[in-house]
Amino acid sequence: MSTKTVSPNTLRRDGDSGQSGDKIFSTASLLAGCLILAVLFSVAIFLLGQALPTFAADPSEISGGNGFFSYIWPIVIGTVIAATIALILATPIGIGVALFISHYAPRRLAQGFGYLIDLLAAIPSVVYGAWGYAVLAPQLAITYDWLANNLGWIPIFEGPASNTGRTILTAGIVLAVMVLPIITSLSREIFLQTPKLHEEASLALGATRWEMIKMSVLPFARPGIISAAMLGLGRALGETMAVALVLSGGALNASLIQTGNQTIAAEIALNFPEAFGLRLSELIAAGLVLFVITLAVNVIARWIISRHKEFSGAN
Amino acid sequence: MSKRIDVKDLNVYYGKFLAVEDVNLTIEARSVTAFIGPSGCGKSTFLRTLNRMHEVIPGARVEGEVLLDGDDLYDDAVDPVHVRSQIGMVFQRPNPFPTMSIRDNVLAGVKLNSKRISKSDADALVEKSLRGANLWNEVKDRLARPGSGLSGGQQQRLCIARAIAVSPEVILMDEPCSALDPISTLAIEDLINELKNDYTVAIVTHNMQQAARVSDKTAFFNIAATGKPGKLIEYGNTADIFNMPKEKSTEDYVSGRFG
Repeated sequence: MSTKTVSPNTLRRDGDSGQSGDKIFSTASLLAGCLILAVLFSVAIFLLGQALPTFAADPSEISGGNGFFSYIWPIVIGTVIAATIALILATPIGIGVALFISHYAPRRLAQGFGYLIDLLAAIPSVVYGAWGYAVLAPQLAITYDWLANNLGWIPIFEGPASNTGRTILTAGIVLAVMVLPIITSLSREIFLQTPKLHEEASLALGATRWEMIKMSVLPFARPGIISAAMLGLGRALGETMAVALVLSGGALNASLIQTGNQTIAAEIALNFPEAFGLRLSELIAAGLVLFVITLAVNVIARWIISRHKEFSGAN
Repeated sequence: MSKRIDVKDLNVYYGKFLAVEDVNLTIEARSVTAFIGPSGCGKSTFLRTLNRMHEVIPGARVEGEVLLDGDDLYDDAVDPVHVRSQIGMVFQRPNPFPTMSIRDNVLAGVKLNSKRISKSDADALVEKSLRGANLWNEVKDRLARPGSGLSGGQQQRLCIARAIAVSPEVILMDEPCSALDPISTLAIEDLINELKNDYTVAIVTHNMQQAARVSDKTAFFNIAATGKPGKLIEYGNTADIFNMPKEKSTEDYVSGRFG
């Protein structure tokens, strides 16, 4: 009878070498992921729960006396106007500054300039608000007067212009300065990541630097620019302190250079300290609306980005 | 189309570093000239000086002359953008514009400098260029699809189509087959053989058989040691370089003793 020696399988794992570390890490990251969802979910629940009395209340009990919708829509429009002004002003400037830093400026200058832009993001919003209130608004009041006199036939510049300059346009401009560093630094990072290969492809065809940017850099960076603009928009929509200080709010007004208009965030901040009962619930409902707007903006942005996935160069 | 290039006493620098030293050679019109040599010998750098693409790297500069049918590329009044529109380039890795369709890729160079082109002219040019790059039959049904969906070899031929669409005088190729499989390589080599009927072609290659197969003349570059400048060691008819080189180091390289 021959004895069969069974050789031990050397591939079998002995003990749990390295296994426990793996497990701890995967559990930790799973927990972190769950935590985010839990926080988001509980914020949503809080908003819904607290806002519920507003939706259930009799329309005559709501501020303005005509129900929640007629209370909220002017300030929704105001919010969107302020954020749109900010984005229209900040996006082209942000892209321009980012291109200057990434493709035009001499390297040493570019770095210092980049830091300077990042520094703008570090200024607290209350400082921006104070600056807008004390410095920018009086300066702009003069311009607004001119606009009202010369371009007054355009509804958005209809006079008489505000004497203090504390209008929705001023708020939008302050917001633009605040979102500029976000858009600039994100765009710059993406412009710098443009593959050398694609830049050289256009240069070798006889493209000038601007044509190279149009052919290679901007198409490559397009999804990133949209993300940057959306992040900026998120900040502009939610910004509270600066708007609360700069804007002398009021009823919805088509003219951007008259007093009037209000944003959701500023409305909440200005009224929250004295609110109780149904008024409190109203303000929280306004917060819920802002939450939904921000969500919708993000969804639309993702949709825009994914529409051209095939041509994105990711494949 | 197709002009000759004369290089006279060319030194190429990156900052203070002398990368290529004292090159003199003539690239004949309507012929294929191959540059071979070990890695780092400056052959790619030299190729890029022929359409001023090396200037993309900060600090790069040259001394000496590069003449395109007698006109100096490095004259102060010469715009590098204009040089590159006459001397096209194909790169090591295929680089079609990922956001453009196959058709737009071919037309990319033509539409530069805000030139307008009618749709029928554009269609004709796309077909002519893609036929010239032996790609038409493979892509004619999907011209609106992204160029990045093609195989590596097809992408490289698309890049060649893009380069010839602007009717350049010279086409430079920087190791155009090094990222491709043998069959795609063969397709490109066949194409190079056809291109020399109309264009002046200069090609850098690591593959000595390829140089022997496609080129009329071969230039062998070498460096004495790392950090030393690359030099043109020997230049002559391809058959002579491979069969009876004059220099010992050329013989060592082409017979596979080093590099």
